[in-house]
Amino acid sequence: MDKVMSNKKIIALYVLPALLVIMAVVYIPIMLTAYYGLNEWNGIGAMTFIGLDNYQALLSDGKFWDSAWHSLLLAVFSAASLMIYLAVAMVLASKIKGANLFRKIYLIPMLLSSVAIAQLWLRIYHPTNGIVNSFLESIGITNPPAWLAEPSLVLFALFIPILWQYAGFYILIYYAALKNIPASLVEAAKIDGATSFQIAFRIKLPLIMEVIKVTIVLAVVGSLKYFDLIFVMTDGGPNGASEVMASYMYHTAFRAYDFGYGSAIGFFLLVICLIVTWVIRKLTASKETIQYS
Amino acid sequence: MTLCLALVAAGCGSNSSSTGESGSGGSEGDKVTVNFMHLWPAGVSAGQNKIVNQIIEEYQKENPNVTIKQEVLDNEQYKNKLKVLSASNELPDVGVTWAAGFLKPYVEGNLFAPVDDLLDGQLNDKFVAGTTEAYAIDGKTYALPLEFNIAPVYYNKAIFEQHNLEIPQTYEEFKTVVKTLSDNGIAPIALGNKDRWTGSLWYMYLADRIGGQEKLAGAISGSGSFKDESLVKAAAEVQSLVDGNAFVKGFNGLSNEEAKSEFLNGKAAMYMMGTWELPNFTTNEEIPQEFRDSVGFFKFPTVEGGKGDINSWVGGPGVGLFIGENSKVKEESKKFVEYFVTKWGEQSVTGAGVIPATKVDTSALELPQLYIDLFDEMNKASSITLFADVQMQANAAETHLNMIQALFGKAVTPDKFSEEHDAAISKGN
Repeated sequence: MDKVMSNKKIIALYVLPALLVIMAVVYIPIMLTAYYGLNEWNGIGAMTFIGLDNYQALLSDGKFWDSAWHSLLLAVFSAASLMIYLAVAMVLASKIKGANLFRKIYLIPMLLSSVAIAQLWLRIYHPTNGIVNSFLESIGITNPPAWLAEPSLVLFALFIPILWQYAGFYILIYYAALKNIPASLVEAAKIDGATSFQIAFRIKLPLIMEVIKVTIVLAVVGSLKYFDLIFVMTDGGPNGASEVMASYMYHTAFRAYDFGYGSAIGFFLLVICLIVTWVIRKLTASKETIQYS
Repeated sequence: MTLCLALVAAGCGSNSSSTGESGSGGSEGDKVTVNFMHLWPAGVSAGQNKIVNQIIEEYQKENPNVTIKQEVLDNEQYKNKLKVLSASNELPDVGVTWAAGFLKPYVEGNLFAPVDDLLDGQLNDKFVAGTTEAYAIDGKTYALPLEFNIAPVYYNKAIFEQHNLEIPQTYEEFKTVVKTLSDNGIAPIALGNKDRWTGSLWYMYLADRIGGQEKLAGAISGSGSFKDESLVKAAAEVQSLVDGNAFVKGFNGLSNEEAKSEFLNGKAAMYMMGTWELPNFTTNEEIPQEFRDSVGFFKFPTVEGGKGDINSWVGGPGVGLFIGENSKVKEESKKFVEYFVTKWGEQSVTGAGVIPATKVDTSALELPQLYIDLFDEMNKASSITLFADVQMQANAAETHLNMIQALFGKAVTPDKFSEEHDAAISKGN
C-alpha cells in the first residue's frame, strides 16, 4: 500500500475523477460567472462585452450596499448567538437530567426544510391571526406591529427564525467537541479545587477553541450568502428592507433579467466571503494549539 | 437458447411491421412527435390539466401520425426552464408564453415563429378584440392567447348589507364605504402587496380614472410621462387610501394568497383581483356555499373631474401558445396550436373556469351568474389596459413593482415614484 501511495501517477489517477467533477460543477461556473459579469446580457440574446462597467456600477449601487449591510448584520447576530449555543451545549454536555431529551428538542428545527420553517413562521408573524400578535393583544397591547410589513422591524423579525433554524446544528457540534474532552482532565481540575466556572473557561473552552473558530467561519459565511427563509418569507421586502446580497442577486438576474449585473453581484459576493473568511482566520490565528495531555 | 430468443424476437418484429404497413395505408406522412411544454400540473391546475389531456387525446385520434409529448412544470420552474432552453436553442416545438414584455427578448432572439398565417386563416375573427395585439411586436404576432382576464373589485354582499352600504358609483362614495367599514373594525380591502403586482392594479385603476386610459398607456409605453399631473395625483391618492386604513393590516408583508384568505374568511370586505379567481367565488366546492353566494363585483368607480371611463378595465391576456422558430416540425406544430386554441375556447370556461381569449357564446353554456355578468362587462368594455408589469420590459417592470410597494409603504413620495418610473422606462427602450 505504501508503495502504491508513493507513486505520483497513481495518486493523480485517484484524485482526478473528483477533481474533474469539482472543476465542472464549481470552479468553471465560478469563472464563467466572473466572465458574465463583464457583459451586458439579458440571459437570452447575445452578450455585449462591457468590461468592468458592471463591477463599477456595483460599487456605487446604494441598493447593493444596503443589502450587504443587512447580510453583515445577520452575520454579526449569527456570530453572537454562537455564545448562547455554546452555553446550551455546555449545560447539555454536563450530566444533567433529561439532557438527552433536550438535545433532541434543539436538533429538531434543523431537520425541517427551510420552506416548512418559513411557512411556520409566516403564520406565527401573521399580523392579525398570528400567535405573536394574538398574545400581545391578549396582554393588553393594542395594535401590535405587523412584523413582516414594517421596514424597521422586518429584518430582526427574520433573524429569529434564521438563528433558531441553525441552533441545533451548532449545539450539536459543540456538544460533540465537549464530549471529546477527556473526563480525567475535568476530574483532575475538580480535585485541585476548581469551580465549575473555572473548569468551563480555563479547561473546556481552550480545548475546543479550534472548533469554535470553525463555527465562527461557518456562521459568518453562511450568513453572508443567506437566502432561503428571506426569499420565502418577505422576498426582500417591504421596500427592500430585508434584501440581502443573495436575494438582490436573484432579483437582478431572474426578475429584471439582467444576468450580467446579477453575475457581477454573485462574483462580488464570493469575493466578500473569501475576504471575510481570510480575515477571521487571521484574527483568530494562535501560534500554538493547546493540549493538556 | 440465444438463437431461440433471436428467432422469437425476429418473428415478433416482422409480424408487427407487417400489420403496421397494412394499417397505415390510409394515413399520410411519417410519424411526427410534437414536444409541448406547459404549466398546468394535475395537482395545482386540475381543470386545465384535464382539458389539455383531452384535447391531445382527440388530436392524436384524428391525426394518428402525430404524437404530442407533454412536459409539465410549475409556473416559476417553467419560466426558468424556458430561459435555460432558449440559451441552448432547445425550445419545445409548442410552449406557453406570456405577453408583451416577457415575449420581447424571445422574439428579438428569433426564437418564436410568427403566427400571422394562422390568424389570417381559420382563426380569423375568433379572438376577442385586443387580445392578440398583446403578443404582437413590430406588426407580427408571435403567440396565440389562451386566457383573457379583467380585474373587477369583488365585494362581500353580506358585509355590505350589514353596514347598509351600496355599491359605490363614484370615488367619493367609495371612500365613504372604506371609512364606514374601517370605523366598524372591518378591514375594507384585502391586499397582498408582498407580491407587488396586486398593488399595481389599484394604482393603474386610479391612474386610468383620473388621467384617462391614453395618459396611462402613453406613460407606460414611454411616449408620455408618469410625471403628468394626473398620474402623480393617482399615486398620491393611493397613499391617502393607505392613510385611511383602506387595506388590511400588514398588507406589504402579506402574499396575495394570504390576503385572499382574509377575503374568503369574511374578514375583509373587498378584494380586487383578476377574473381567474372566479371559480373560487362560484364553483369551487372547497369554499363554503354561503360565502360564494355572497360575492358580487363592481367596476372601479369614476373619479370626479377625472378623464376615465367606468367601462375602462385593467386586465389582459394571460398565457398564450408559441411555436418554436427552430422547430423541426413547424407545420405540424402550427396545426396542433390551431386545433388546441379552438378546442380550448370551447371547453375552458366550463371545464376549468378559465375565460378564454377566443369569443364565447354564453347562451350555449350553463354558467354561474357571476360569469355571465362579467362576460357582459367585457363586451361593453371601452378599453382594456394591459397589466403594467406585463407590458413593461423586465427591468422596468421590476422597478415599477418595487416602486409600487414603496408607494404603498410610504417610502417614496408620489413625485419620486413618477421620476423613477420615467427613468426606468426610458432606460429600457
